[in-house]
Amino acid sequence: MMRSRSRLVMQLRSGLSALAFAILFSAPAHAQGAGALLSAPAGASSCSGCHGASGPALPSLVNLTAAQIEEAMAAFASGKREATLMNRIAKGYSPDETRAIAQWIAAQSAGASK
Amino acid sequence: MSDSLSRRSALGGLAAATLFAPAVLAQAKPRIIVIGGGYGGATCARDLHRLGMAVTLIEESAVYTSCPFSNLVLHGSRDISSQQFNYDAIAREGVEVVALRAQGVDGAARRVLLSDGRTLAYDRLVLSPGIDVRFDALPGYDASAADIMPHAWKAGAQTLLLRRQLEAMPDGGTFVMSVPNNPYRCPPGPYERASLIAHYFKTQKPKSKLIVLDSKDVFSKQRLFLDAWKALYPDILEYVPLASGGKTTEIDTKTKTVVTEFGAHKGDVVNVIPPQRAGAIAQAAGVADRSGWCPIDPVTFESRLQPNIHVIGDASIAGAMPKSAFSANAQAKACAQAIALLTSGQAAREPKLINTCYSLVAPDYGISVAGVYQPGKGILADVPGAGGVSQLNASPAVRATEAQYAHDWFNITTAEVFG
Repeated sequence: MMRSRSRLVMQLRSGLSALAFAILFSAPAHAQGAGALLSAPAGASSCSGCHGASGPALPSLVNLTAAQIEEAMAAFASGKREATLMNRIAKGYSPDETRAIAQWIAAQSAGASK
Repeated sequence: MSDSLSRRSALGGLAAATLFAPAVLAQAKPRIIVIGGGYGGATCARDLHRLGMAVTLIEESAVYTSCPFSNLVLHGSRDISSQQFNYDAIAREGVEVVALRAQGVDGAARRVLLSDGRTLAYDRLVLSPGIDVRFDALPGYDASAADIMPHAWKAGAQTLLLRRQLEAMPDGGTFVMSVPNNPYRCPPGPYERASLIAHYFKTQKPKSKLIVLDSKDVFSKQRLFLDAWKALYPDILEYVPLASGGKTTEIDTKTKTVVTEFGAHKGDVVNVIPPQRAGAIAQAAGVADRSGWCPIDPVTFESRLQPNIHVIGDASIAGAMPKSAFSANAQAKACAQAIALLTSGQAAREPKLINTCYSLVAPDYGISVAGVYQPGKGILADVPGAGGVSQLNASPAVRATEAQYAHDWFNITTAEVFG
């Protein structure tokens, strides 16, 4: 099961659309082990309510690095990056909190694609 | 369970001691019962299982009908089946799903009484029972009145009944809504409902009227709703706040009339959203206070009234967090983590939680409210400087984007919870 799943990931990564990739991770929490859930820093587990998978409009975070997530959050908080909603959310986190969340989310994605 | 029963009675205090042993060392996994299979309970059961607990989810209904997006069913543009989910995936993952009603809780013995007479033992119990509609709050509005003037505040048969009534209503008819004072499930929900039914009238029955009778003067996303109503439904939707006599004092089912402080409003179709309280099992477990809702510790979600019982979602008094599906889902994940830490002898970590609620004022016109919350002064408090509502005077493109986000949120969250 795990072997075929990882082969699928390889195939998807090498060719298929981002949408198909997102569908594979439509429930990324499936891949979350006890350790990951136990170590989730404050604020991290709320994100998947909107970003656990991709909708047509809402982006999934699975392809993002920790640095990309952190940078996006800083840009939302400062207003540098326009948003309908994330600007309101991003202001609720300190840079340290954002970093911890970004690293945790990136680690989950890396774990899920192994 | 009879197995564990006999073991407990045989070993007595010794068994109790092992319950508190760290999960990694104990032979038996901590036994957690979750009552209620909505956005809160189903999420919590899954995460607790993934965290290594032995989890039983008690939910009487085999099919869950989602309240979020049920206003689109009333609007006529969404089938009720799109609102419905089952527990197959959750059971496949290893959560024991018991399709019975939880009748009572013995907190001292840490047992749940089921409707078939069995009892189940727990180390910790999570209650996510949602709301019960109060049939003792508005004179004239009892359970049988809901068959005539539906509340439709628990999605399912009530939603379909109200939809049928709206369909049967002739063009030129009057639809009356009675809206309660806080607190109640889904603070912006009545106003989204009014909006979408006004849209249905505008497009299908343009001579009809909609009167919203509100028992308060201030509500969620108020400016955004009022601006949209003025722009979209000026001749259809009439809003009557508390200050103008909007408070409902009595319901008359014979004449389909809502009596208010200042008058009486007869409708061809009437939707009474009555006051609410935590689901019945919360009262039975002794975790609800005189308000009818459940005070909790904001770090662990453990009841302030009963040890080893945690309350999440609409039933809880979650401080600044609104009673929403998003809140329940976020609380469930934090609560599961707290229980895993507590049962392994560690301290729970302070959570930081998000809520986001989208409302549709028309199918392609979405608005939102968001907040970030953390424990403060004994409650879940707003993180200052964060959160707020959609911009006033945003472009139609922004409203359309937020409407799409609303759909995406529904699909992504329900996949996380039930998929």
